[in-house]
Amino acid sequence: MPKADPRGVLSGVHFLDGDQACCEGALAAGCRVAFGYPITPSTAVVERISRRLPLVGGVFVQMEDEIASSIAIQGAAWGGKKVMTVSSGPGISLMMEHVGFAAMTETPCVFVNVQRGGPSTGLPTLPAQADMMQARWGSHGDYEIIALCPNSPQECFDLTILAFNLAERYRVPVMFMMDEAVGHMTEKVVIPDAKEIDVEQRRLPEGPKEDYLPYRAGENMVPPMAPLGEGYRFHVTGLTHDEKGYPAMDAGAQAELVRRLVDKILLQADDICRVEEHQVEDAEVIIVAYGITSRVVLRTLQMARDKGLKVGVFRPVVVWPFPVKRLRQLARLGQTRAFVVPELNLGQISLEVERIAAGDARTVSVPHAGGALHDPPEILRVIEEVLG
Amino acid sequence: MSDHVNPIERFLRMDRMPHIWCPGCGIGVVVNCFVRAIEKSGIDRDRMAVVSGIGCTGRIAGYIKMDSFHTTHGRPIPFATGLKVARPDLSVVVLSGEGDLISIGGNHFIHGARRNSDIKVFCVNNFTYAMTGGQVGPTAPMHSIATTAPYGSYDKPFNLPFLADSSGAVYVARWTTYHVRQLARSMTEALAKPGFCFVEIVAPCPTIYSRRNRLGDGLDAMRYYKKASKVVNGANTRMVGLELKGPIIVGKFVDRDRPTLLEAMNNEFIPKLGKKYTPYPTGVNR
Repeated sequence: MPKADPRGVLSGVHFLDGDQACCEGALAAGCRVAFGYPITPSTAVVERISRRLPLVGGVFVQMEDEIASSIAIQGAAWGGKKVMTVSSGPGISLMMEHVGFAAMTETPCVFVNVQRGGPSTGLPTLPAQADMMQARWGSHGDYEIIALCPNSPQECFDLTILAFNLAERYRVPVMFMMDEAVGHMTEKVVIPDAKEIDVEQRRLPEGPKEDYLPYRAGENMVPPMAPLGEGYRFHVTGLTHDEKGYPAMDAGAQAELVRRLVDKILLQADDICRVEEHQVEDAEVIIVAYGITSRVVLRTLQMARDKGLKVGVFRPVVVWPFPVKRLRQLARLGQTRAFVVPELNLGQISLEVERIAAGDARTVSVPHAGGALHDPPEILRVIEEVLG
Repeated sequence: MSDHVNPIERFLRMDRMPHIWCPGCGIGVVVNCFVRAIEKSGIDRDRMAVVSGIGCTGRIAGYIKMDSFHTTHGRPIPFATGLKVARPDLSVVVLSGEGDLISIGGNHFIHGARRNSDIKVFCVNNFTYAMTGGQVGPTAPMHSIATTAPYGSYDKPFNLPFLADSSGAVYVARWTTYHVRQLARSMTEALAKPGFCFVEIVAPCPTIYSRRNRLGDGLDAMRYYKKASKVVNGANTRMVGLELKGPIIVGKFVDRDRPTLLEAMNNEFIPKLGKKYTPYPTGVNR
């Protein structure tokens, strides 16, 4: 795979918060155009990128609102750039119109969501993980996106690169689901040399321009994307369209297109999913946690093991598509009695876990309305109750 | 079958004909003038992108045989801004209606003009949401009848040239679909001029708007435009608001120069960042 453009890579050892590390990850991945609008707790990302992009040949424009930001990036993506926008809950709600447009038109782009407490204005300065279902279902219609959940500034760097690479490979909007705690946490971040960073390049069409069909699926069920201004004369629409990209107002075209938009993600979940596991081999209770909560539960895990309890941790790093196959395997292991699911919402992912476990193991939610993190002993108490 | 060939056929996606526009609609005239402007401007059409929003006029992007984008409702201006930032070497044209650009997209419109994005905005103003059956629009003259203004509209409409002028557009003109030569000329001038250029095209909607307001058919609209229009180049845009069945001031109202968004960015960064900054490409080779 091609390597990163060294101009955008701040190689070295740094002390960065998650917001800043995310910005550096984007630049390393090749992001050269960004549009955004200020909102707590994501503002540090746009502040840093507005400072850094002009130094690496890029452009940042602060737009009039989140709606404009979320469609301006797509104009730039069709102009051949790698693009992102950044926001938090209230702004992401406004951007949902264009998450749908990106899914429908297969426009590669990254939406960073530094989650805070909601609904509405909620808790601007405090963490939550309550946008997990919005990330997947927030725009109207059937579609699939990819969502990643970092739990440290280092991952904010590393996984932002992965987010850009997945956006290009699958021509899909990727939701980068940080939270206030990860965004404002400052830690060591190691940025490698550019030659050690893989950067996915957009796949271009081959063959005569006259024969190019902009929405004929190629390799990976993903159509190659024509460059602008070179005589392809292609059409892009948010209407249901055929392989030519022309509007097609009938149930057959709808079924064909929507099915492919969904299948290109769900059927290739094995390539997309990333998980992290701790001591699941003999675990009777497996904690399922993501994002900042996946760090909190490592303390719970240690406390449980110190007490001799057979506990493990399963962490989806990519939350959407959900790692269905692996979680089902774990549910069917004889000794797995329960999944315990702490999250900074009232049980969004726990419902997904319960669905996948399908009765082979119990699912116990440990909800938290947000504004603070779980207390590790609180999760341990739930585990002890489960183990009775 | 006639063996006449539409002179602009090579610019159209003929495999998508027939189009959706009604007999007497003004949008076809606008497409025709736009193509003539491209030809006159000498710009290679493969070095140009067309962006539309949603609505009857929004369908232009789908019929014109160029790189074309049919975006979301009200958002063609920010999409075009992103496209232009990514590809300053291409000409970027927005063709959309007044409901799209001025109502739902009104905020994007004023900010696009303010920051002087180098995009050309050609707005078909037919005073109604025609595709959804004729609801009242942001430019509908007071007292006009619409499905959602059954007793007459009672809120003051926008005067588009004044809005564009006061928001900072560098080129502002208005014509009707009767003024085909003047319209094509204004579009040609806009294509050649760097910055946010705005042309309003007053257009008939015989099926939806004209019928409800007893304005006759497409031909009656032409007669009205011919009779009621007065060319006042350089007119004070504050004075060019439209009234139902009233006079129509047309002409080129504004033509001034100021740095485009990307030029202004370079102007700011070059002295401040010095050698750390590589000037960003700013425009097409005109």
